[in-house]
Amino acid sequence: MIAPEEISSPTGDADQETDLPWIVLVWNDPINTMDYVTLVFQKLFGYSKEKADRLMLQVHHEGRAVVSSGARDKAEVDVFRLHEHGLWATMQHDK
Amino acid sequence: MSRRPNPVVQRQADGSFALVLDPRNVEALESLLGELDELLEATPDDPSLARLHPTAYSEDPDRDLAYQILAGDELRTKRRATIAAVRGSLGRSELTEDELWGWLQALNALRLVVGTRLGIDDDERDRPRLSPDDPDVALWDIYDFSTQIQYFVVAALNG
Repeated sequence: MIAPEEISSPTGDADQETDLPWIVLVWNDPINTMDYVTLVFQKLFGYSKEKADRLMLQVHHEGRAVVSSGARDKAEVDVFRLHEHGLWATMQHDK
Repeated sequence: MSRRPNPVVQRQADGSFALVLDPRNVEALESLLGELDELLEATPDDPSLARLHPTAYSEDPDRDLAYQILAGDELRTKRRATIAAVRGSLGRSELTEDELWGWLQALNALRLVVGTRLGIDDDERDRPRLSPDDPDVALWDIYDFSTQIQYFVVAALNG
């Protein structure tokens, strides 16, 4: 349970947040195969085979990679499409 | 790169793909996708389906809850439609590239669910030595089967 004074206002900070860029991250997972992940990056983002491969290897070796960025709406669409393809994607503010 | 002909789908000169998977494997795929669809319909909260609707907002639980409510439903609906389309295409001799992407999504969902049930949590995790009556044997068979089919579909799209 939360005390009433701890409940933050649902409005107020939403508007200024829209200006901050969001990044979409894909995380390493032990089930998706490397060649599948590369192909998904090519298809969803139109990346070249080289760029898609580089990102896939970054995910594989470093545990995650930023695959796209932008406004919150766009980032959320990207995350949704990655989820549709079974990839482990999250989004957060670029810091 | 393998020189032998792709045993699942082969790219044709006109850009379509010939489905050459043998009937026994087509039947196996039909049955597995049927089971996956039943699972999605009957028990959407089954823990083995968790990887199909991952966290989106890793640093914001409130927003993630909203995402899970809105997008979670849409993900499940679209996934079931994709599985239905793939099952409907299994008897055909020719597929489009878009249809093959449906195959990839359905196969990948199958791998995620079976892999989750097997507790695969490590990149190097290979099939362990199991006694023949271990229930995981059947799951590993399904996992390896769907991995193989997916591998050849990816190869055909790359080819």
